[in-house]
Amino acid sequence: MPLLEVKHMTHFFGGLRAVHDFNLSIEKGEIRGLIGPNGAGKTTIFNLITGVYQPTEGEILFNGQSIIGLQTHEIASLGLSRTFQNLRLWRHMSVVEHIKMARYSKITYGLVGAFFDTPQRRREEKEAEEMAYHLMDELAITHLAGQIVTNLPYGAQRRVEMARALATEPDLLFLDEPTAGMNPEELAQMMDIFRQVHKEFGMAIFLIEHRLRVVMELCDRIQTLVFGEVIAEGTPEEIQNNPKVVEAYLGKEDIH
Amino acid sequence: MTAQTIQKSKNGGRLRLWWQSVWSRFDDVPLLGWLIGALVAVGLEYAVGRPFAQLLGMRKSPALFGFLFILKEPWLIPSAIVYVAVMTILPIAALAKATASFANKTATALLRASTLLSVAVHLILLYAILYIWCDILPYRLIVVKLTLIAIVITLSLNVVNGYMGEFSCSHPGFISLGAYGASVVTILVFDDPSPWLFPLALIVGGIVAALGALLVAIPSFRTRGDYLAIISLAFTFIIKSFIENLEFVGGPRGLGGQPNWASLPVVFIVTIIAIWIINNFVRSILGKALNAVRDNEAAADAMTVNTQRTKMTAFLFSAFWAGVAGGLLAHVLAFINPASFGLQKLAEVLAMVYFGGLNSVVGSIVGAVSLNLLGEMLRPLEIWKWIVIPLMLILMMIYRPTGLVAFKEFDIVALLQPKQTTKGEQ
Repeated sequence: MPLLEVKHMTHFFGGLRAVHDFNLSIEKGEIRGLIGPNGAGKTTIFNLITGVYQPTEGEILFNGQSIIGLQTHEIASLGLSRTFQNLRLWRHMSVVEHIKMARYSKITYGLVGAFFDTPQRRREEKEAEEMAYHLMDELAITHLAGQIVTNLPYGAQRRVEMARALATEPDLLFLDEPTAGMNPEELAQMMDIFRQVHKEFGMAIFLIEHRLRVVMELCDRIQTLVFGEVIAEGTPEEIQNNPKVVEAYLGKEDIH
Repeated sequence: MTAQTIQKSKNGGRLRLWWQSVWSRFDDVPLLGWLIGALVAVGLEYAVGRPFAQLLGMRKSPALFGFLFILKEPWLIPSAIVYVAVMTILPIAALAKATASFANKTATALLRASTLLSVAVHLILLYAILYIWCDILPYRLIVVKLTLIAIVITLSLNVVNGYMGEFSCSHPGFISLGAYGASVVTILVFDDPSPWLFPLALIVGGIVAALGALLVAIPSFRTRGDYLAIISLAFTFIIKSFIENLEFVGGPRGLGGQPNWASLPVVFIVTIIAIWIINNFVRSILGKALNAVRDNEAAADAMTVNTQRTKMTAFLFSAFWAGVAGGLLAHVLAFINPASFGLQKLAEVLAMVYFGGLNSVVGSIVGAVSLNLLGEMLRPLEIWKWIVIPLMLILMMIYRPTGLVAFKEFDIVALLQPKQTTKGEQ
């Protein structure tokens, strides 16, 4: 049974067909890529699967269970975490608070614990903090623990977002253009981080990316999306040599 | 002094430099030392305050640090300054400095024994100071009680307006619901109520207010931003007219004769409990979720935070404490009427929250205490008071838009720490 299975998903924004007959099947531990020109509907697909929008038609199964109609936070608690294209960090919160916050669904002390500072609450808060420090160690941001995120450089903010997504203990991680706006050095570091977390946590990754280098090096299989439709699917080499993909990215060659 | 404060003092004027050099002499005084100093100072005032005041040509001791004289009897201002210096500032400063090493040792020993014991000792000292200070002049008692209640109200509103980042205007409505709810229990339901009923009455007041909050929350939480402000403002007016038309609680004439149960210890204890619970809540992950919802709701949702439940809980929680504070208020004043829970009350509460600082328990305490005392001190200005206070607010919004002490965590254990160790490091 695949970890995530999307069947015949179609979505309309009013009269605009944003996604048409999208099919996807991700196995445990697989790294999957989704590429396509701007406006192709890549982020819409993320938003449809994570419950931000409800698909007009189609089926989404996560671990064999339909997740259509569930709220975003419920889907996230099932083990489907994500990062955002435009970093959505909480601007008044520190790095360690970000990561602890992602442990929200694992908290069992309830309001009684929140109000009265019970031993259970202290224990769980401490566990969340230990987890946060472990993840910060993994991503080499421990020295920033107490900093407010808005003061951090862009690359560090990306890492914080990554650590936050990992703190929900996902089986499947959606990365929405995780290397956007990075310089080559930061890019290389980020790629190492992807490999490292994939190796350590073994979760499946579904990646939207523009940079061919990232997709080619990391992904097992790639889908290419144009105007909401998948025009090609295959291994990185197949995709790279597919004339349709070249056409979509570079335009058709006209020889007179 | 850290590098940062030196940098700051360089930027500031000579006065600031002087102030900082004075202040740095007290670096090694822990909270316990200040409390000991204040306790002795109020003891001194209790013993010789009145004759000393008469010696300086005043009929009685100045109630609020001499500010009441500013307009009423300006020729007494020098006497008031001397009085405050001799009776309050000098003894506190001298004793805090003199007992610093003793206080540090005691604070260390107390914390080592148990945090709870340390908290208890500090609270008992604080209560003793307030008790003696209020015992000197009866007028001070009502000021202190109202200030403590204002702390609870401000804190509870800060949960919604600061921590959650919505703009709620329904607090006067919640306070009046709590005030009437508690008063109905103590006056109308029981013929011969015993004082032990009071906690129950306060809780009833809080629950009535929380139910009111549910009415606001259901229609308005589907939308964001301005809508809550408008709906909650409407709610305040609806509650006011509703009570005005409710004959069994006296309608617009109000409801009086609440039993005199809101004594200083009761108000003090309820305030401490409120601060403790609210501070616990906002520092837990469930409470921090409010900040996440405020700063980016979509991200909070994606990080497994149940945003709807978070917002609802916080709103009802905030209303509950406003209701409890309303119940206390009714029993302090022994009279309530719907007209006193209108726009002016709203302005007062909002001013205290934004003056003190958003997203900060300390800020709320500072805001409530300073604006409440200021309001009392400026009482001789009469109607001009309502020009001075808003002016200060405007200045505040220009120079410190988030308030005096915004976005600070209130760590009680850190507050109780002895100060000597930090000096050793420098």
